[in-house]
Amino acid sequence: MSVERMAGAEMLIKALGDQGVDVVFGYPGGAVLPIYDAIFKQNQVRHILVRHEQAAVHAAEGYARSTGKVGVVLVTSGPGATNAVTGLTDALMDSIPIVCLTGQVPTHLIGNDAFQEADTTGITRPCTKHNYLVKDVNDLSRVIHEAFYVARTGRPGPVVIDLPKDILFANGPYSPPTAIAHKSYRPQTDPDKAKIEEAVELIANAKKPIFYGGGGIINSGEKACALFQEFVKLTGYPCTLTLMGLGAYPAGDKQFLGMLGMHGMYEANHAMHDCDVMVAIGSRFDDRVTGRLNAFAPNSKKIHIDIDPSSLNKNVRVDVPIVGDAGKALEAMLEVWKSKKPKIDKPALAEWWRQIDQWRSRDCLRYEKTDKVIKPQFALERLYAATRNRDTYITTEVGQHQMWAAQFMKFEEPKRWMTSGGLGTMGYGLPAAMGVQIAHPGATVIDIAGEASILMNIQELSTLAQYRLPVKVFILNNQYMGMVRQWQELMHGGRYAESYTASLPDFVKLAEAFGAVGLRATKTSEVDDVIKEMLETDRTVVVDMAVDQLENCFPMIPSGAAHNEMLLGPSDKREGGPVSEEGMVLV
Amino acid sequence: MSAIEKHTIAVLVDNEPGVLARVIGLFSGRGYNIESLTVAEVDRANNLSRITVVTSGTPMIIVQIKAQLSRLVPIHTVRDLTDEGPHVERELALIKVVGTGEKRIESLRLADIFRARVVDSTIDSFVFEMTGSTEKLNAFINLMEPLGLADVSRTGVVAISRGSAKF
Ligand SMILES: Cc1ncc(C[n+]2csc(CCOP(=O)(O)OP(=O)(O)O)c2C)c(N)n1
Ligand SMILES: [Mg+2]
Repeated sequence: MSVERMAGAEMLIKALGDQGVDVVFGYPGGAVLPIYDAIFKQNQVRHILVRHEQAAVHAAEGYARSTGKVGVVLVTSGPGATNAVTGLTDALMDSIPIVCLTGQVPTHLIGNDAFQEADTTGITRPCTKHNYLVKDVNDLSRVIHEAFYVARTGRPGPVVIDLPKDILFANGPYSPPTAIAHKSYRPQTDPDKAKIEEAVELIANAKKPIFYGGGGIINSGEKACALFQEFVKLTGYPCTLTLMGLGAYPAGDKQFLGMLGMHGMYEANHAMHDCDVMVAIGSRFDDRVTGRLNAFAPNSKKIHIDIDPSSLNKNVRVDVPIVGDAGKALEAMLEVWKSKKPKIDKPALAEWWRQIDQWRSRDCLRYEKTDKVIKPQFALERLYAATRNRDTYITTEVGQHQMWAAQFMKFEEPKRWMTSGGLGTMGYGLPAAMGVQIAHPGATVIDIAGEASILMNIQELSTLAQYRLPVKVFILNNQYMGMVRQWQELMHGGRYAESYTASLPDFVKLAEAFGAVGLRATKTSEVDDVIKEMLETDRTVVVDMAVDQLENCFPMIPSGAAHNEMLLGPSDKREGGPVSEEGMVLV
Repeated sequence: MSAIEKHTIAVLVDNEPGVLARVIGLFSGRGYNIESLTVAEVDRANNLSRITVVTSGTPMIIVQIKAQLSRLVPIHTVRDLTDEGPHVERELALIKVVGTGEKRIESLRLADIFRARVVDSTIDSFVFEMTGSTEKLNAFINLMEPLGLADVSRTGVVAISRGSAKF
């Protein structure tokens, strides 16, 4: 077979096609014009023109997380690349597979402070899983295929390919994707058999066990989620999930204790604290999850399964560390379990569930029911009731509304929930929803937003208009950077420095200015009607929900506190103030 | 808190631009110590370089450092020579000593004892070349201090395992 030769820009499009890419989120500029020319000449790969490069990455993240595929971004050199940095960092923290193509000045000008030159590989080195600068067109197709491989395998993450403009014009040979093993990058996916048996033994002998699952299960795939559910149900043990893991286990199942962590469920955190065997799968003992480390599940044996060896024994020392793919490890554990048919300690388990039910009975999400003002929790309860039987995807911005969304929106399956967990990026939700809607044109896609966060990427309403994407933006407008205000109330004597969101736009008019529909609710009696109208409108809708300005998000593990030191509500006071001296310095 | 340990780690990497920056960026970004770091191509045919890094930290941190290094895409192998047992560590230094008379003679006498070689001399200066453990180099350099030590250039540690085992 003769080798096909073509210009770099065409090779790029061909490689994207061969990688199964159907959509690219991007923004043009001088350095990438040859790529745009190549895009113009074909109709295999669709280009979505965003309004800011950060949004291109978040859109690709939303696309990736709701499909399980790699999200693709195309931006120009210099400012195009630097604008993408927040999105790349977000994808790195949350393990989202992204390939980001950045333009670069021609190779002979690199290092000369040329117009729109930035040291893109230098800048993105710490915020990508890997990056490439292509200096020879003969390497181009290999690098692109390798980038996709690196992005989606092992612990997924963002990969940047920096493309000098002369390379895009140069002619070279095209090589299709191959199955050759990478020379140095070889993620370990098969778990150690002996360790799996050790883990099963521990699990079988537990008296107060808990499963603690994370986004790694979702990243591993639908099969991993199904195996996780099978294993949890087979044991009859309780299960909690991280913010990133929501959907990996059906929220409606009685063995599910809800999310754990700083704003997690009382029963989930207490069960974590008191457990004797913890089975962590695809979760990474993030500080938002563990609370004070020296009081974290102090009497437990811990099993930790993760595809990234550096996640094991990083924050918390574990007893059985297992490197491997979550799905493969679950498969292996199920196999051992089914062949050994272990006898579990039923009376101990019954006693454990009795204790858990007692914690559950505290009803930690309880809030004041009132007609006087729209409580944000009430608005979300109504939203959930109205959307639970639809084909719904939820994204969020960052703040109180995000935590309430995690508490009140329930997910029965994976890939339905996209939120910025590790980085906590305000401005994530709207572009992410855009990417989700592109991937799922007929679905109901809702960005649960705060009035401050939504302004960080509000320009994307224009993109939604251009592509007629019927995304719903559901703003819980408390006129505060609520989460900041809550911390100021708790830790800084209620001095609300710069957390009031003054001079807000009229969101209804703003929506209209962008060609969208704007709706507003200011009374509890209007909430259901507005939600109904929002869902019945087959266009982009922005809902301005005027909610209680001073509501705080509970339950809460104050920074520096332990799982069993949760605050349940505003009247819950701890001696010496809610936050310890050590806690004050924590973020 | 567990005790701080010093470890010598050998890393085989693709000899390509940016690899060293990745390794150094990893150490600075995550707050790990670098006591010394050396790098040079060791296998031309396979385009491989070897980085030897001496670092220190608690046992948990040392394990993290190795796991984080292994995660870098162009890294082939990470080996903890300190953990793996007997190995040889050497460093090379060029040491310039300026002086005349008694001091000059004394520096030459000590150089002889330490098996340092004279690689350059003028009527009022010597450049000594010395190879050995870091401690031996430190001891010699300290002795040169009062004798007119003017300049020092050191390679940092290179290391290799003892015995017939290959990397
Ligand atoms: C880009 C960015 N800047 C700053 C922050 C810090 N921060 C976290 S939550 C928050 C307030 C968010 O306010 P809003 O969107 O109104 O949400 P609310 O908490 O009121 O629900 C801020 C400023 C952040 N997470 N991201
Ligand atoms: Mg707000």
